[in-house]
Amino acid sequence: MTHITVTVDGVKYVDQVEPRLLLVHYLREVVGKTGTPVGCDTSNCGACTVLMDGQSVKSCAVLAVQADGSDVVTIEGLANGELHPVQRAFHEEHALQCGYCTPGMIMAAADLLRDNPHPTEAEIREGLEGNLCRCTGYENIVRAVKRAAEAGVTS
Amino acid sequence: MTATTDAPAAELEIGRARLRKEDARLITGQTNWTDNMRLPGMLHLAFLRSPFAHAKITRVDVSAALEQPGVIAAFSGADFAAEQGSLPCAWPVTEDIQIPAHPPMAVDEVRYVGEAVAVVVARDRYTAADALNAIDVDYDPLSPVLDIRTALDAASPKVHEAGNKSYEWVFANGDVDGAFSDAPVVVERTFRQQRLIPCAMEPRAVVAQWNGDAVTLWSATQIPHILRFALSAFFGIPEQDVRVIAPDVGGGFGSKLQVTAEEVLAVLISRRVGKPVKWNESRSEGNLTVHHGRDQWQRIRVAADRDGRIRGLDVDLLADMGAYLMLVTPGVPLLGAFMYPAIYKMDAYSFKCTGVFTTKMPTDAYRGAGRPEATFAIERIIDELAAELGIEPLELRERNWIRHEEFPFTTICGLTYDSGNYEAATSKAKELFDYDALRREQQERIENGDKVRLGIGISTFTEMCGLAPSRVLGSLSYGAGGWESASIRMLPTGKVEVVTGSSAHGQGHETAWSQLVADQLGVPFEDIRVLHGDTLVSPKGMDTYGSRSLAVGGLAVVQACDKVIGKAKIIAAAMLEASADDLEFSAGRFAVRGDPDASTSIQEVALATFAAHALPEGVEPSLDSDATYDPDNFSFPHGTHLCATEVDTETGFVKIRSYVAVDDIGVVVNPLIVEGQVHGGLAQGIAQALYEEGVYDDDGNLVTTTLADYLVPAASDLPSYVTERTETRASNRLGVKGVGEAGTIASTPAVVNAIIDALRPFGVTDVEMPCTPERVWRAIQSASSGGQGSAEEQHEARQNLASQGNSPQGIGEVPQSGETA
Repeated sequence: MTHITVTVDGVKYVDQVEPRLLLVHYLREVVGKTGTPVGCDTSNCGACTVLMDGQSVKSCAVLAVQADGSDVVTIEGLANGELHPVQRAFHEEHALQCGYCTPGMIMAAADLLRDNPHPTEAEIREGLEGNLCRCTGYENIVRAVKRAAEAGVTS
Repeated sequence: MTATTDAPAAELEIGRARLRKEDARLITGQTNWTDNMRLPGMLHLAFLRSPFAHAKITRVDVSAALEQPGVIAAFSGADFAAEQGSLPCAWPVTEDIQIPAHPPMAVDEVRYVGEAVAVVVARDRYTAADALNAIDVDYDPLSPVLDIRTALDAASPKVHEAGNKSYEWVFANGDVDGAFSDAPVVVERTFRQQRLIPCAMEPRAVVAQWNGDAVTLWSATQIPHILRFALSAFFGIPEQDVRVIAPDVGGGFGSKLQVTAEEVLAVLISRRVGKPVKWNESRSEGNLTVHHGRDQWQRIRVAADRDGRIRGLDVDLLADMGAYLMLVTPGVPLLGAFMYPAIYKMDAYSFKCTGVFTTKMPTDAYRGAGRPEATFAIERIIDELAAELGIEPLELRERNWIRHEEFPFTTICGLTYDSGNYEAATSKAKELFDYDALRREQQERIENGDKVRLGIGISTFTEMCGLAPSRVLGSLSYGAGGWESASIRMLPTGKVEVVTGSSAHGQGHETAWSQLVADQLGVPFEDIRVLHGDTLVSPKGMDTYGSRSLAVGGLAVVQACDKVIGKAKIIAAAMLEASADDLEFSAGRFAVRGDPDASTSIQEVALATFAAHALPEGVEPSLDSDATYDPDNFSFPHGTHLCATEVDTETGFVKIRSYVAVDDIGVVVNPLIVEGQVHGGLAQGIAQALYEEGVYDDDGNLVTTTLADYLVPAASDLPSYVTERTETRASNRLGVKGVGEAGTIASTPAVVNAIIDALRPFGVTDVEMPCTPERVWRAIQSASSGGQGSAEEQHEARQNLASQGNSPQGIGEVPQSGETA
């Protein structure tokens, strides 16, 4: 077992974990952040995307021990009193149906806009290609990211 | 008249692009997926799965697994032999159908890679997965059966003792031989519907908990009600002791319309160990063991006159059942049987489907279920007929389709299409697509010898949905009815609970049903809560599939509202000291005709009913009402989809340049939700055309077990869509048809027709799906060198390449459980 200290959604946690424990399972089963789901086992779908030290990562491709000392933000901690502009845009553009990919898609989109505040449609599609959605055909996800960009997301 | 009744009607909710009520929890991570469940003392399951496509099990030894720390129990199939029964098939399509026993856990023999052979029960999921390595299983391998075209040969190895044929189902109407015997033109093609893997984003998950002699099962299912019935009817648990909960469910597309081995085993194991148990599949496990879709060979012949008039159609299908018949496996091709004639008039039609067993994962319903296959074949062969006759393909369609003034129209299959206007949808689609300009550009590229050719694909589709009139299901030997249930509960404070038997998993019922009820009862949208997906809360239902929720379940909701209003009217009359006959109900108020001051709201009636101080004699103090609606007919959405592809003839790469979808789905309750359903449907249909295929190797190993191998498209793989609507009312009271599957049904042939249209000058007449760059390139090369390039020939060529060692290689080892990180 390894000793780790991780800040998740603004709260500091100190835990003993198995070295092989995936970050996503640490978040879901140790910290209780079930808002971050698991959609695959090969890091293709992106449903488990969170921000680690400000960068989007697929939390199934990170070990909990690698997150030692990091600041992790999940979908549950993205809203700051009010919805994050990307969350609001997903609602307003109907960019989700079943909602299973949505936490990862929103986190990836937030990171995309941090890197590139005014992406073209092609840049949005390329930027989100690591996140799979089976419901929306991506049309409204692209619209939502455009809307969030227009609203001026910088964080 | 009074101010109340003269006032402009409040804005109707039907037709409003309401933002969804569901979103609040889904965009903030406050969701309730089955895998989120944690119960005190809960144990975790991991399944050991067969690495062989076909083998006798000679020994299973779980003793070493039991030695592992944290392992509570381990079982093999033999441990459940007395109680596990057989997974149900609810659709015995013929009297002599072969329905083999399908034990949830294999006991003597395995028949596909991934079939469960043992299970570990452990303290946590990692421990359970680890312990699988300690289980020892001896197999005596048998020959796999992988090709439905040779599986019926006498020399073929057998999947089941009784042979590889499950059933043969036929339908015919009109003089088919006559239609073909002296027809000036006959075109015949064989099309391949590849095997698809549904890949809902939420993997399956199950939690089972016993409390005394009653069990609660949480499952990522589309069908909590059918599942409850099945657990009771087939596995011996009294129905009143079973509660099934489908919490938030992350997509289904038919794949969660199933009674699964893992659901049944979780219930049995939980009872055995006396603790709640959870199982959550990995994606690799899911690709192996969530039922697959499609997988047919379609031989289709059309007979026509020289002017293009269709005389007859003849369809002969081979359908891969996989190793067993699951819930509706044999019925899926039949849902297509009535759709091959599509929107076209003809004199004669015959259909035959042979269901064949193989040593692969069973197939079952996948978005569209039968209708995408039918629509693909008919829309593809109409293009082939157009090319044969030298008639513009849209013109050929128009010469044969049912004209708008001919509705209602009884088709050669005996279905009565209640409404439609193919002319209107096509005209709008052509305009949005700029059809004539694209045809000109296509010609220019041909004349210039451009290496990137333009193709235009057409799909003037229809489908049958709104499943279904119970009497029709009965006539097709289906094991249940097609009604839907709803209840309206008027709460004392004037708020409303709507209980629906259709079980949403992304479709937006909570929003759309609120809109329906707001209009009917005149209560605010915000004052309505929709309850679903728990058999304790919603005890009756037939669940969600077949684009049925609105066209059946929505009608039940409206019917229940009628009953509420009927009851409220009697009480309102007493409150207003008037005769009920003199009251009219509008926008949530009962008013006495001719007396502007005498009115009361339905909320006031609800409160008065709750108090029950002054109800008329004999009137029950309740407005709550139930309704069960059984539709008179299917509904028949239709539309015209046009796709422009740019095909690079040097690389075989296909780019969708534009896609226009004009759909007539009847009256629209929420255009935002409808558009979303169309987008998602298009993506899934395009994915079949270009990207996805479930591939088994020559030994029967699935090689597409991950999302790296099975290509669910990403945003960068798909185009932006232009979607529009035309509207004819369905004959039901709301005028609604259904939209969940339309996009998927329509888009696959639109894309493939566009590819063939681009390549026809090279002599290409088919490309086997998915139309990968390699397949497109090979089709061009083959046609250029004088080959025919039919799907079947392309398939053979590819198989030959594969057996020479050039096949895509899958992973070397069968994943056996969840979290072997």
